[in-house]
Amino acid sequence: MSDKYKTVAYYPGCALEGTGHGYNRSTKAVARKLGLNLVEVPNWNCCGAMEVKNIDPEIQNYLSARNLSIVAEKMSIDTVMAPCNGCYHNLKKVEHDIAEKPKTQEVVDRLSQKAGHASYQAGEVETIHALDWLKEAIGEDGIRERVKNSLKGLKIANYYGCMYTRPRNIFPEKDQGGDSESTYQPHYMDDLLRAAGAEIVDYPLKTACCGGAHTLADSDTSTKLVLNLLQTAEACGADVIATECPTCHSGLEMHQVRAETEFGIKTSPKMLYFTQLLGLALGLSRRKLGIHENVSDAKELLKQKGLA
Amino acid sequence: MPIHEKSLIRPEDLTEHEKLEIDGVDVSGHWSTFIETRVVSDYNERMEEEIAALPGGEYIHRCFQCSSCTNVCTVNSLNPDFNPRYWIYLARMGFEKELLRDKELLWQCVSCHKCTHACPRDVVPEGVMKAMATWAELKGHTGVSPSAAFDAEFTEQIVATGKIEEGRIIRGFFKRTGQPLRQPWLLEMSLRLARHLPILMGLKMMLATLFRPRTRDWGKSEAAITEYLAERETANRRALNLDETAGR
Repeated sequence: MSDKYKTVAYYPGCALEGTGHGYNRSTKAVARKLGLNLVEVPNWNCCGAMEVKNIDPEIQNYLSARNLSIVAEKMSIDTVMAPCNGCYHNLKKVEHDIAEKPKTQEVVDRLSQKAGHASYQAGEVETIHALDWLKEAIGEDGIRERVKNSLKGLKIANYYGCMYTRPRNIFPEKDQGGDSESTYQPHYMDDLLRAAGAEIVDYPLKTACCGGAHTLADSDTSTKLVLNLLQTAEACGADVIATECPTCHSGLEMHQVRAETEFGIKTSPKMLYFTQLLGLALGLSRRKLGIHENVSDAKELLKQKGLA
Repeated sequence: MPIHEKSLIRPEDLTEHEKLEIDGVDVSGHWSTFIETRVVSDYNERMEEEIAALPGGEYIHRCFQCSSCTNVCTVNSLNPDFNPRYWIYLARMGFEKELLRDKELLWQCVSCHKCTHACPRDVVPEGVMKAMATWAELKGHTGVSPSAAFDAEFTEQIVATGKIEEGRIIRGFFKRTGQPLRQPWLLEMSLRLARHLPILMGLKMMLATLFRPRTRDWGKSEAAITEYLAERETANRRALNLDETAGR
């Protein structure tokens, strides 16, 4: 437990105001419970997700740079926390590109000037994921001390997806040995949920792809990829797949339903955001954590495990 | 001699005679299998430059064909014909016709970034895949792929309002690609959600579809982005020697 990240700028992003609302609610509820301050970035815009870069990568960089420049200029906070992998990835990406590619700085400067706001300069703001935030600000010991309702008996497969760890060059702080996050075997979610009492199953597909970018454009591919994730989690004995990205989470939910309705293939794992699971351990109610806002209905399972 | 690596050669490049005798020797069937003589004279010598000029393609020249990208590729594991290493080779050699045999696969990259993560030469193969798909579309070899339609819908909404609203994206995408919105699985998902969603939350979601979420004072950003995108589109078309004014 340290003072670091006690107050962070909060960039929820579009998905957390829509399908990922349960993630938004649970992140805020957990912060409140733990005495951490989240100050939402005022008047933020979409980061461009995985789509805008295909039209033009520098426009995607501008979109993220605008958000970072608001944090740097309008908030006296030097850290922005994004719970969504896509947002987190894009903020990290512009940080990298602005430092490494003169063209990016040039385009960001030009567009920011035209749009009438400050331009972002490399190093002004540190971008972190919700996992970095809780791991650093509270840590495993902090969680252990505060557990009211242990997740004991709940078998969890942790799924980190693509954008949290790849590509390596935009995450210079990862793979630094010791307790630093690993891009091949990420463990922050494992650490936190294990501290909350859960049984973490050995899941080989932690960073496999769910096909989120083509969830509608190429549904059959996404369904195949998601089925692979779900069936492997099942084979590993997991009751729950813990998620830390709204695109992955809704992708798993959508294609679990699609596999059932279109191909008649049923799978059992329930999807829960890792903040929802932590919140349960901290003694927060299902409703406060937005668990009823998930498509995947974990109510019975949680009751059965004495968690609701 | 039978050709042991036959599976690596396209069937149209192989000939075999069911009944053939040469100088009194029976070479019927696989004994007469020949690989067709292959002469390439229609290179597109500008192909690498063309792809490098498009968004994502700029580092294609760095590739040294180690195949780390194909080795880790998510889509390749589902369909072995999806082969980034091979396509980069074809593009750099200028084998346009060969690449076009796979033109309907190019857009299927799911952007998992495994290739970019593994690439020892920082080619950013993921970006190259997007550039190749754009290249095929701009040159008129393919129609607008579902992925490109989704990107366009998404980007237009952000440019217009600074944010996206997922319901509007879904409706816009299905309309653009001429698919019915009433997909049975989407209906089933909405039903399941409705079953345990409180009425208030449902109302809030419906309101979001009526009143679009937007970033305040976005107009100047919109104008700056629109101007830049128009500039880029002209540059992209110029790089491919296409009529600059035609537009998509």
